Amino acid sequence: MFDYTELLEQDPFGLPHDEKAALHAGWLASLTAHHREACLSYDRLCAVLGDTPALPVRLFKEYDLKSIPDDEVAKTMTSSGTTGQRVSKIYLDRETSARQTRVLAKTVSAFTGKGRMPMLVIDSKAVLKNRNMFSARGAGILGFSLLGRDVTYALDENMDLDLEAIYAFMERHQGDQAMLFGFTFMIWQHFCRALKDKGMALDLHGTMIHGGGWKKLADQNISNEEFKQAVRETCGIERVCNYYGMVEQTGSIFMECECGHLHASVFNDVAMVDPFTFDEVSRGRGLIKCTSLVPTSYPGHVLLTEDEGEVLGEDDCPCGRKGKYFAVYGRLQGAEIRGCSDTYERK
Amino acid sequence: MSESKNGLRHLVGSGRMDTRPWPPFSDEAVAFLADVSAKLMADPSVRSNPDVVSFAYWCRKGHLARLKEAMAAENAHRLGRGLAFHVAPSNVPVNFAFSFAFGLLAGNANIVRVPSKPYPQVTLICSAVSAVLEDHPRMEGRVTFVSYPADNAVTSDFSRMADARILWGGDETVASLRALPCKPRCVDVVFPNRYSISVLDAQAVGACDAAALQKLAERFYNDTYLMDQNACSSARLVLWLQEADRAVTGRFWQALRECASRAYGLQGAVAVDKYVQLCEDAIEGRACEKMTFDPLLSVVRLSCLPEDLGSLHGKGGYFYECAIDSFEDVVDMLDERCQTVTCFGVDAEKLRGTVLSHGARGVDRVVGVGSAMDIDIVWDGYDLVGTLSRTVDAR
Repeated sequence: MFDYTELLEQDPFGLPHDEKAALHAGWLASLTAHHREACLSYDRLCAVLGDTPALPVRLFKEYDLKSIPDDEVAKTMTSSGTTGQRVSKIYLDRETSARQTRVLAKTVSAFTGKGRMPMLVIDSKAVLKNRNMFSARGAGILGFSLLGRDVTYALDENMDLDLEAIYAFMERHQGDQAMLFGFTFMIWQHFCRALKDKGMALDLHGTMIHGGGWKKLADQNISNEEFKQAVRETCGIERVCNYYGMVEQTGSIFMECECGHLHASVFNDVAMVDPFTFDEVSRGRGLIKCTSLVPTSYPGHVLLTEDEGEVLGEDDCPCGRKGKYFAVYGRLQGAEIRGCSDTYERK
Repeated sequence: MSESKNGLRHLVGSGRMDTRPWPPFSDEAVAFLADVSAKLMADPSVRSNPDVVSFAYWCRKGHLARLKEAMAAENAHRLGRGLAFHVAPSNVPVNFAFSFAFGLLAGNANIVRVPSKPYPQVTLICSAVSAVLEDHPRMEGRVTFVSYPADNAVTSDFSRMADARILWGGDETVASLRALPCKPRCVDVVFPNRYSISVLDAQAVGACDAAALQKLAERFYNDTYLMDQNACSSARLVLWLQEADRAVTGRFWQALRECASRAYGLQGAVAVDKYVQLCEDAIEGRACEKMTFDPLLSVVRLSCLPEDLGSLHGKGGYFYECAIDSFEDVVDMLDERCQTVTCFGVDAEKLRGTVLSHGARGVDRVVGVGSAMDIDIVWDGYDLVGTLSRTVDAR
């Protein structure tokens, strides 16, 4: 029904605005028709709000949204909610899951090159324990692991540096370009800071890719620049590449280019929505609306996040990649609500 | 003001209480509140806080004198209960002051936990009460305002001393506070989660000229948006009587929208919450009609009423509407959580008559649109002066 083979052959960052708009219009219409047919909740949503509404990511916490019969669910991914919070559940069939991996590989290799590099994961293998319920962290690690070879974990089950493993990795790949992958805060806390505390500096070469959000670092007033500097100082990696992505649209991530801009690819797109009018705005800040052509097993092709961002330009990034490029400013500030309930907050 | 190790701060008074019961509306209590009112009214910085003004206006000398006279017969043989402990709602700036005034007028000494958020209204009222206390030495032991971090240990200490507890909050808060030990005779007055509705006569709304419609919309706005539609008495559901033409009801919403666009400080996160709510209503099948999401005002038309009206939530300008044939048809659906019915074009006494004759579980008050927030001695179905005092019988 959907010709993903042809889509996956496209240069991820080669389509100028008009061509991409036409391509996406066609895909989104068919995806919406498919999900309306296959998911009653989504059909009801479209009946009220019109076709292809931006689905709030929060709804994946409230409802089991899926466009496949139960017996076709190959795995369920969950968001890493803090204890007590409800988690998002994303239902994948084999096709969507495989497609996520291929789209991720296409996107990342446009930045790192085609060959598989030796890979050092800045996390603990313990995160992957339960294979049936993938957490966002586990899914991210597994997805990226497929892009590397000799995947080695830099942290032990206590999230302490596994120096033995790290040194053995460096020994095996002396002089090679490596790929380092991890979650922003984990890298900061358990890798850079831990190395610094020990007064150590590693001699690694290659690219670091990291994502998962800036909230915890922003709370500590750590900027992207400081992060990059800390990585440079503690492990010698010069090329540090952030990405923006979410478990609800695994695979189609937005990668940071050499100019520090996050890029939409041929597989995805962004738009900013003014929270006060809900109109899409071409300039200025807004809520980030994310499009992904990847999911067919759940209606997650157009999502409204609760992150604020801004489109910085389209097709004209100095890095040469086509498509929109943008910045993410973090979570929309929570509301202060008046009223009589919820008054005596307990510790 | 002093602070102890558990974060307890005395904003007004020392905490040394004189808990001897006084009669309701004692001359001292009335004079004290009247002086607080005068003090607030004379303060120019109060004027920019309409909620403080309405408190000051409520406890002005003349009004208290009228209340005292009106209730003179029933209060003749009453005395306060002793010590009243109030836990005020933390997101409503001035309810603590009303709660205090009711406890004081009933003849009690009062310990009041004020909202933990730093509202300027709280500061204004505290400093007026402190200043007036200097001229009323006998009131020293009747008034203590405290602030402390949410902590059941401090609350427990006050709870054990209290002869009456006035507890505002959500269901969970009320349940956890009520579970704290207290004296066997302690009386609890609790204000848990409630919901409210509005009954509007479409013919009457249709008969409004532009000016009257705007006035109605402003009143409705004050009942709802003014507290982010999150006060217990803010309507979530509008029931239309005699609706022949949706254009009429549409005019009402349009007028309300204009009001909100002039006055309401919509927050981005509230707009997102409303959008999520609309998506949920669509998925649940409550919203069926095609509509464009409007962050300022969302109105979901219900083809029929759900069994549990309390399940209809709306905040920051999110309403449900439904056409009904008569109030009689729905009064039995209004359960004990239903607090206020605001009305327009239909007589409040008549609606109350229906509530009474049906023996309805819910509805504690019926008031005209625009009066939803007017807190008074009778609130949430309680006569607060009566409940916070006791009758001394003789025969």
